Amino acid sequence: MTLTTRALLGASALACLSSWAMAETITVATVNNGDMVRMQGLMDDFKAKHPDIDVQWVTLEENVLRQNVTTDIATGGGQYDVLTIGTYEVPIWGKQGWLVSLNDLPESYDVNDLLPAIRGGLTVDGNLYAAPFYGESSMVMYRKDLMEAAGLTMPEAPTWADIEKAAAAMTDKSKEQYGICLRGKAGWGENMAFLTAMSNSYGARWFDENWNPQFDQPEWKATLESYLNLMNNYGPPGASNNGFNENLTLFQQGKCGMWIDATVAASFVTGKDSTVADKVGFALAPDNGLGKRGNWLWAWSLAIPTSSQKQEAAKAFIDWATNKDYLALVASKEGWANVPPGTRTSLYENPEYAKVPFAKMTLDSINSADPTKPTVKPVPYVGVQFVAIPEFQGLGTTVGELFSAALAGQKSADDALAEAQAAVADEMKAAGYIK
Amino acid sequence: MARALSPRRRLLTTIAAWFVALLIFFPVLWMLITSFKTEASAVASPPELFSADWTFENYTEVWARSDYPRFFWNSVVISIGSTLLGLAIAIPAAWSMAFVPTKRTKDLLMWMLSTKMMPAVAVMIPLYLVFQRVGLFDTKIGLVLALMLMNLPIIVWMLYTYFREIPGEILEAARMDGASLWNEIVYVLTPMAVPGIASTLLLNVILAWNEAFWTITLTTTKAAPLSAFIASFSAPQGLFYAKLSAASTMAIAPILILGWFSQKQLVRGLTFGAVK
Amino acid sequence: MSTQSTRLAARLMVAPSVILLFIWMIVPLAMTLYFSFRLYRLLSPERTGWVGFNNYIWFLNSPDFWLAIWNTLALVGGVLVITVVLGTLVALLIDQPVKGQGVLRILVIAPFFVMPPVAASIWENLFMHPQNGLFAAISRGFGAQPILFLEQHPMPSVIAIVAWEWLPFATLILLTALQSLSSEQIEAAEMDGASAFSRFRYIILPHLTRAITAVILIQTIFLLGIFGEIYTTTQGGPGSASTTLPYMIFKQAIVAKDIGRAAAGGIIAVILANIVAVFLMRGLGKNLDA
Repeated sequence: MTLTTRALLGASALACLSSWAMAETITVATVNNGDMVRMQGLMDDFKAKHPDIDVQWVTLEENVLRQNVTTDIATGGGQYDVLTIGTYEVPIWGKQGWLVSLNDLPESYDVNDLLPAIRGGLTVDGNLYAAPFYGESSMVMYRKDLMEAAGLTMPEAPTWADIEKAAAAMTDKSKEQYGICLRGKAGWGENMAFLTAMSNSYGARWFDENWNPQFDQPEWKATLESYLNLMNNYGPPGASNNGFNENLTLFQQGKCGMWIDATVAASFVTGKDSTVADKVGFALAPDNGLGKRGNWLWAWSLAIPTSSQKQEAAKAFIDWATNKDYLALVASKEGWANVPPGTRTSLYENPEYAKVPFAKMTLDSINSADPTKPTVKPVPYVGVQFVAIPEFQGLGTTVGELFSAALAGQKSADDALAEAQAAVADEMKAAGYIK
Repeated sequence: MARALSPRRRLLTTIAAWFVALLIFFPVLWMLITSFKTEASAVASPPELFSADWTFENYTEVWARSDYPRFFWNSVVISIGSTLLGLAIAIPAAWSMAFVPTKRTKDLLMWMLSTKMMPAVAVMIPLYLVFQRVGLFDTKIGLVLALMLMNLPIIVWMLYTYFREIPGEILEAARMDGASLWNEIVYVLTPMAVPGIASTLLLNVILAWNEAFWTITLTTTKAAPLSAFIASFSAPQGLFYAKLSAASTMAIAPILILGWFSQKQLVRGLTFGAVK
Repeated sequence: MSTQSTRLAARLMVAPSVILLFIWMIVPLAMTLYFSFRLYRLLSPERTGWVGFNNYIWFLNSPDFWLAIWNTLALVGGVLVITVVLGTLVALLIDQPVKGQGVLRILVIAPFFVMPPVAASIWENLFMHPQNGLFAAISRGFGAQPILFLEQHPMPSVIAIVAWEWLPFATLILLTALQSLSSEQIEAAEMDGASAFSRFRYIILPHLTRAITAVILIQTIFLLGIFGEIYTTTQGGPGSASTTLPYMIFKQAIVAKDIGRAAAGGIIAVILANIVAVFLMRGLGKNLDA
């Protein structure tokens, strides 16, 4: 080995070492939703601002992601530095001490700019445990052309009776045109998100103040029966296997007159893949005159597990991905309609963003949901379309399966409710909430 | 038992065979066709067999959205690595089972297969904890070990079957000539069993390539193979039939091409002693 | 050739496989057994302790348990019957000297190369979907209502999907066995005036016995643990119509995060698998000797 090659080798080894010491790699786990995928395309901006931080992505489908990050955090695995989690997980994990408090984000982050409903859902005992990436509620999306043809107009704030009338008028099964599409696929985050939110507007609740399940009450019966009535008479066939994405596809193909689902769907039904993009109207989720609407509140948020060894770098990343500059960056690259919605007041005060057709309805929907007071009657829990207790994923899925079976015609509504009541009561006893 | 057929029967049989083969293959073909459609024409009604706007857009988008070469490389390392390691351990075992059988050989084989009976989900948390504690989590070597152990019973069984077809006298002759046991296995047995070993290798590469539970559960980034790549494209928001088809095609194409070239070996490999 | 020293060498050479597999089996099994008597919920780490047989009792008392056992057996049995019967027929067909045999065979094997989640997702979205699936389009073409495969007939649909995945495996084993059957034997039978059916019944079928045994044994072991296809297509529903034992365990482990119950379910599954194995060995064991 000659001296020069030796010197060269030494120099390159040194270069390797120093770059290794400089650059820190953080692992970010995220769901494969459009807004997150867009973020991955904008990493050049992050690199320019933080040349010393490399980001490694783990992008997975929502259920697989949830399974992997939950296992990791509960066993203290420490594989991830930034987690994408929702408003269901944050209060539970925050309380367990599994998440790093984000109260010390820089001034420029402007935490007071966050929408109060969203911020409230991510805060436990005064600590903000996750920064919202995008927030959503649910609302009615409907076909203006079909409503017009039926001689109806959709009120800005419809009641469930209005919805049924519109669904009946727009249904024409011979043309594969269904008045209403709703979630039917079993799961705490699928049909139960919709049905729990809907039940709030019917005055129902999961539990009374002493954690006794309430599925034997008339409010739940009314909720389930009117859901089944809508879906059996005016819904698409095979709805018991339809989740968010299946309904989105149907709506984009022009097969649904109405669809009540996440506000983020608005940018898809008016986007390039939609055959009905210019015919979509928006309205608040329906109510029954009881003071609560059937809409939910959710925010995909970024959090740092306490097991992370690189918390400072992770914070820098979260600040970049969720502050105002990021919204402006997306707007400049992809247009205002593609900005992650539902997190900041300033976005909705921006006159440019106000031109987006669904902006106002999204904000109104988010503001009309209150995770701390979700129901007409008092409840011991937090959460609009979920109950923020660790047992809820299992409970919600069990009940969701029963209701999905009712939709598929395998069970009557009464049987489904009675079985739900029994199953939830058993679990709550086993978990020590009730004696 | 291939025999000559009359021309007319031959024609009829050919048509029938091709019809059945295409029927079985059709889902894969339909996926391939869908991967070249736009999302809108992928869900068009009535379905379009030959869409007017064929496009590579799905492939470019899938390529741009994720680090395909990394997933691909991990899949290659994990599936080939686990199979080679498995062969190295299984060849001696299969040799002794085939040529020095005892009363318990059959029970031993059955026991080996029975280690595959525990449902993966039931041992998920235990194995997850073990992998984490010993530092094998999200490493290629960890997955190589896991998949090797998962497929080891099958490898042993297949090799055992092949070795039994080799007449023991040849090995004995080699020993008479003074070959050591080691030399006997390496220089006499192995070359004779090449077709069997090759087909075992192939089948296990496929099984490892297609494994989609542990490869997702036990990895995050560094060792994640194509199964994780697929999991990042399933059930997203919006129309996805065409993109999912493109991603799926990219995930199975390498193994399909490998299978195509090694079809003959594979046919032998899948016998499990069915042939005498 | 089994001198004492070769016998010793033989033991030594089996040892690594046996020891590794033993560790691979016993460590998770022991941990699972331990967890099955514990209260262990991932999201409530503060609540732990011994619970005796509670996890097992919960599993056995669950309203879905017997349905899940039945579904598991139906899945295994259904797929075995379909793949063995169709596999034999397809193997007989593609064993004939036809044009393009090589290409033909690769087409038949192709489903085996498809990752199970991909296969399930192709079938669910591109074929069985009630609005956008190809089957729905065909039904509409005939003016009929689309069949709701996964919603009204979830178990048969899942069985069909899994059978499609495993058909190539069965076909190939049977094909290879067929190829080793001497054509003279068949021709001689033909000369004697044996009908096609009796040729099949008395010559071909007996020859295939060992191959069929191998197909049943290997497939059973894989099929008993299947849950990925169910997860992708029906999530065990509607209701619990397509819930199998592995899927029930999956729900406890991954949705409810109750590791104790999942472990108890795992032990129950192992017991079930062993019962099935005993029956298989009784019924088929003698076919393995040769």
